[in-house]
Amino acid sequence: MDSGNTAWVLVSAALVLFMTPGLAFFYAGMVRSKNVLGMLMQNFFSMGLISVLWAAVGFSLAFGDGGGFIGNFDFAFLRDIGTGDLALPGYVDDFALTIPAIVFVAYQMMFAVITPALITGATADRLRFSAYAVFIGLWLVMVYSPVAHWVFSPTGWLFERGALDFAGGTVVHINAGIAALVLVLVVGKRKGWPREAMPPHSLPLTLLGTGILWFGWIGFNAGSSLGANSLAGQALLNTHLAAAAGLLGWLFVEKLKDGHPTTLGAASGAVAGLVAITPCAGFVGGMAPIVIGFLAGSLCFLAIQLKFRFGYDDSLDVVGVHLVGGIVGSLLLGFFADTEVNSLGFDGILLGGGAGLLLDQLVAVAATVVYSGAVSFILAKLIDGAIGLRVSPDDEAAGLDTTQHAETAYNLGDFGSMGRIGS
Amino acid sequence: MKLVTAIIKPFKVDDVKEALKGLDVQGMTVSEVQGFGRQRGHTEVYRGAEYTVDFVPKVRVEVLATDADVDSIVDAVVTAARTEKIGDGKVWVTEVGHVVRIRTGEMGEDAI
Repeated sequence: MDSGNTAWVLVSAALVLFMTPGLAFFYAGMVRSKNVLGMLMQNFFSMGLISVLWAAVGFSLAFGDGGGFIGNFDFAFLRDIGTGDLALPGYVDDFALTIPAIVFVAYQMMFAVITPALITGATADRLRFSAYAVFIGLWLVMVYSPVAHWVFSPTGWLFERGALDFAGGTVVHINAGIAALVLVLVVGKRKGWPREAMPPHSLPLTLLGTGILWFGWIGFNAGSSLGANSLAGQALLNTHLAAAAGLLGWLFVEKLKDGHPTTLGAASGAVAGLVAITPCAGFVGGMAPIVIGFLAGSLCFLAIQLKFRFGYDDSLDVVGVHLVGGIVGSLLLGFFADTEVNSLGFDGILLGGGAGLLLDQLVAVAATVVYSGAVSFILAKLIDGAIGLRVSPDDEAAGLDTTQHAETAYNLGDFGSMGRIGS
Repeated sequence: MKLVTAIIKPFKVDDVKEALKGLDVQGMTVSEVQGFGRQRGHTEVYRGAEYTVDFVPKVRVEVLATDADVDSIVDAVVTAARTEKIGDGKVWVTEVGHVVRIRTGEMGEDAI
């Protein structure tokens, strides 16, 4: 055990936790004012439900010793986790942890919390809250934990195959992005979309959320080195540079195409850069993060136009930013990965490593898309049949805030028209 | 008695208020409103999706006037609110049948 490494991962856990409220505000600013609380609630609820489920079974299914596909129940309800120097399955030799297992559990919990929360942007304004709660609970156990096992656990089949994912390009972003696409196809488009204008109600909230995400992402990526060392420094720098270049890339294309550089574009570009650098953060160096970020920012801007062409209502562009950005980053890693930066990785095509890594990255992307897409589709259909995924048309028109949560976000200029019911 | 109603650009409210104070006007009412005239609206772009915004924010100013004062009030509003660019708004005058000051019960021109 190393106290410096442990301290850094503890701090990183707190940073990653902070990303979920950041995401909540990033999204909440983009919805109309009648759906703000619905959006914030879906994100905050993930911090409640997923944390508890992670401690109960999620961690054990992701990091238990069950073979290549999924863990087991050895660590269910955190059994044995807090005791002594427990070695987690596969974390031996080069991958030996220098932090206590319980710190690793807490750190990974924050990843599990934010991943289903990412989906909420796609289904904004129309998802029934109870259906959402059931969906993310089942999705954690049946989709997130297995995919995390494949990619993150050294005993997982994609990890053993040699696919690289430093902090969750496949596990977090492609996984949530494809689930988002499937969910919007099942739940359908919002009434009035795309003809009716549904502009963001508060871009300042969105930019505030972006700042929190950017800040927290330092813990997400640099924390994934699981040590306070030069690799963490490299990952931190890569993360920040990719966000910066993503912001520039998005604004560059936006200015060329639409004539104005927008604040929403700056925020979106930074997030696109952060998404794309996530799998690469601890495997690339030099100017690679700038190239990756800039490409992600400009490609994601073009990708969000696809929803109008194909007619799926991905309300806040989770598919365009997280699915596409995650794929861009995961595949670019096949070109830019550098063993000089991280000897546990492999060299990409540009570093003379041949196409082997790119092929493994393609397999990881395809496996995640197919598995997460299929299971998410089945879950969505089952829940839709059982309790209904979508609110009624009347409730959709009135907004999620009053219909799902019996609250209003902004009680401004109220003329005392509220009276207490009961004594 | 007359009611002077003006639709003006929001940033001209202070100028109009000062101009009316200069005429010793006893009161005015302002409200935030939206609408369009010849100026029409504008366009906004969110992540590449372009929207037209048909209604432009304006301020409505209402002033009660005696028949004797109405022309000078209209002149003052027009002068203060004018920028000579499209969207400056309009002023119109309507007949008022009856006015009561709530506190004192004064009626007619005494209540203005």
